[in-house]
Amino acid sequence: MAQAFFGGVHPHDMKAATNEKAIEQLAPPAEVVISMSQHIGAPCKPLVAVGDHVDVGQRIGEPGGFVSAPIHASVSGTVKAVEPRPSSMGGNMLSVVIENDFQNTLSSEVKAPENPDAMTPDEMVEAVKNAGIVGMGGATFPTHVKISSAIGKVDTVIINGAECEPYITSDHRTMLERPEQIIGGATYLAKIFSLDKVIIGVEVNKQNGIDMLNKVIAEKHAPVVVEPLRCRYPQGAEKQLCQAITGRQVPPGGLPAAIGCAVFNINTTCAIFRAITQGMPVVNKIVTVSGSGVVEPKNIECPVGTPVSCLFDACGGLDEKTYKLVMGGPMMGMAQYTAEVPVGKGTGAMLAFCADEEKTVENPQCIRCGKCVEACPMHLEPLFMFQYASKGMLDELEAANIMDCMECGACAYVCPARVHLTHMFKTGKQKINDKKKREKAAAEAAQKAEDAKKEAEKK
Amino acid sequence: MTDYKNLKLIATSSPHIRSSESTQTIMRDVIVGMLPALGWAVFCFGVEALILTAVSVVGCVVFEWLYRKILHKPDSVADLSAVVTGMLLAFTCPPTTPLWTILIGDFFAIVVAKQLYGGIGKNFINPALAGRAFLVGSYAGIMTTWIAPQTAAPLFGGAVDAVTAATPMAYLKTGDMEGLKAAYSVGDMFLGKIGGSMGEISALFLLVGGAYLLWRRVISWHIPVAYIGTVAVLSFLFPKAGTGMEWMFYSVFGGGLFLGAFFMATDYATSPVTRKGQVVYGIGCGLFTVFIRYFGSYNEGVCYSIMVMNCCTALIDRFVKPIRFGAMKSDKKGAAEK
Repeated sequence: MAQAFFGGVHPHDMKAATNEKAIEQLAPPAEVVISMSQHIGAPCKPLVAVGDHVDVGQRIGEPGGFVSAPIHASVSGTVKAVEPRPSSMGGNMLSVVIENDFQNTLSSEVKAPENPDAMTPDEMVEAVKNAGIVGMGGATFPTHVKISSAIGKVDTVIINGAECEPYITSDHRTMLERPEQIIGGATYLAKIFSLDKVIIGVEVNKQNGIDMLNKVIAEKHAPVVVEPLRCRYPQGAEKQLCQAITGRQVPPGGLPAAIGCAVFNINTTCAIFRAITQGMPVVNKIVTVSGSGVVEPKNIECPVGTPVSCLFDACGGLDEKTYKLVMGGPMMGMAQYTAEVPVGKGTGAMLAFCADEEKTVENPQCIRCGKCVEACPMHLEPLFMFQYASKGMLDELEAANIMDCMECGACAYVCPARVHLTHMFKTGKQKINDKKKREKAAAEAAQKAEDAKKEAEKK
Repeated sequence: MTDYKNLKLIATSSPHIRSSESTQTIMRDVIVGMLPALGWAVFCFGVEALILTAVSVVGCVVFEWLYRKILHKPDSVADLSAVVTGMLLAFTCPPTTPLWTILIGDFFAIVVAKQLYGGIGKNFINPALAGRAFLVGSYAGIMTTWIAPQTAAPLFGGAVDAVTAATPMAYLKTGDMEGLKAAYSVGDMFLGKIGGSMGEISALFLLVGGAYLLWRRVISWHIPVAYIGTVAVLSFLFPKAGTGMEWMFYSVFGGGLFLGAFFMATDYATSPVTRKGQVVYGIGCGLFTVFIRYFGSYNEGVCYSIMVMNCCTALIDRFVKPIRFGAMKSDKKGAAEK
């Protein structure tokens, strides 16, 4: 088993509810709401207007910058609206609303290459770019940008099958049901990076997934090895995964490429396979629908843009005492204030809670037990950071390396006093960024004033 | 189907699940961990030991509740930390301590040492030890009257009709190894058939409780091992009398070292938060314990050594920090060649 990273926690994985349930296809939704911001980076510009007819796989959003990825129609039908709609990231986001004609006609834009195995690395990256692939583990960083910025610098390509968040089983089911896509995608990645092997890291709680992948690797003689990983949250965090597999640590503020690593999610790898072999863009997403509030938890494949209420309906609805909807895992996912929000490219799970998952207490008091320090995979001291953040001591907060915090939630999970650590760090980081922006703006204004003064003196 | 519009949703920050461990469960574990030693104390000193402990617990809980009530602060009795303080303070007192005395100690521990600094987690000194130190300073006679085990303890003050006995620590102080061996065997020391404070006498039963705390992950091994190890090594190397081995066993099993190392020095609020810092702190406790025993005017040094190190905790936390992720350069590229 791969060497461990320092810290982390071991929550109950709760995966038994769905890990033996095959991926179901959702009955086509009547309408989909496709946000023009499906990725980290610049939002897309809509290419369609109200009344236009679109087909599955047709490009409807043009990348808005270098770090951006195109967006495609996930159903065929008529564009009903192009307007701001509730977004899973909070607030409203410009979205294309498509009324489904239930014909499921494939767009003529989707063309399978004649001989995928003869494609050059550049052509493959171009195919990935055109398919609008982003990191599907939840980070949603455009994959073609990651690949092109890492080519030549990387000696280890890791496929992330850790799936360390509780409840989520979409990657696990993909391993069991679509292993040839994973291995195929990994083989293309080996080719793109000119490496003789690609490593898939999988936590040992998915032993049948590991066996399945090994079977396909042996059948295809693929340049891929599976590395079993200890079950430990956040094993699937990029930096921790690199550390577990290579023993190297990404320097503060750096990317895995700095230590010669590139990490791709299991479902991202499948998407790369489909893009290269079929020219198929990202239009579907496998979502684990689970949690105490869901009547019958399932793994569901649905079009991108499906309102999450459709997913819950397919799972027998929600318990009426449901108090929280979480998009993503319970450790890092975002709580939603409405069931109208649509599934995005990075949505791996949709959870509903009606039991005592939160275990909130009134007036939480730190008892200095140090469990947060032990749990922090970035080796920080959350209890001191919390003190600084709650007192607004921004300089001390920055000196305590809060910017290294990846908001994994391990400290808050383990805190016996139930202090709201992660929440305080999110707002603390925001405050530091705001302060830096203010200072920069002030410095620029001062510079301008000085320049103007000099100009005036010259005249 | 579900009416999604009428769900009463909250949208708070991640993480959305929490470990089932709470402050209350931790304190409950500490209480359970002290029960073996309490049982032994009752066996040795009779039901009076139990009454002393119960009164001390009630005293601490009432003082905490009253203080927070009077000052309109949220009630904190439910976290059980006051119960722990009450038990620990009783453990550090002789079984003959009058009830009024221990209540004074309770008041000092809870109100002065803990609540005046803001309550749980904010005190810089262990409340039970502060209470004991206060009592030793104020009622030296009461706090240094020791009775032999299995003789009755007089509860409500008055004359001591039990057999008074010299504790092993008194022999150790004078380096009277012959007298010590005549009075107690090493086995007596380990089991706890000796005179001393109520809850400190049995290394065995404290070790059982400490093992429970380690198993429950309430404490880690760093402080107890560093503390007891330091005392053991120094006693072995510098015996005042007898062989190093003999001296070491008597020193380690006597004087409440196990109570201090497992239940007092590991107090969260007053010990460092990093594992490395905890080792430094444990070694410091051990050094001061041996120094006080060898050179101080008290027979016993556990209480004061821990209090001294309590005061150093902020300093240790400031200088002993975890190494930031990615800041270690050694394995950056090195692993690539393996």
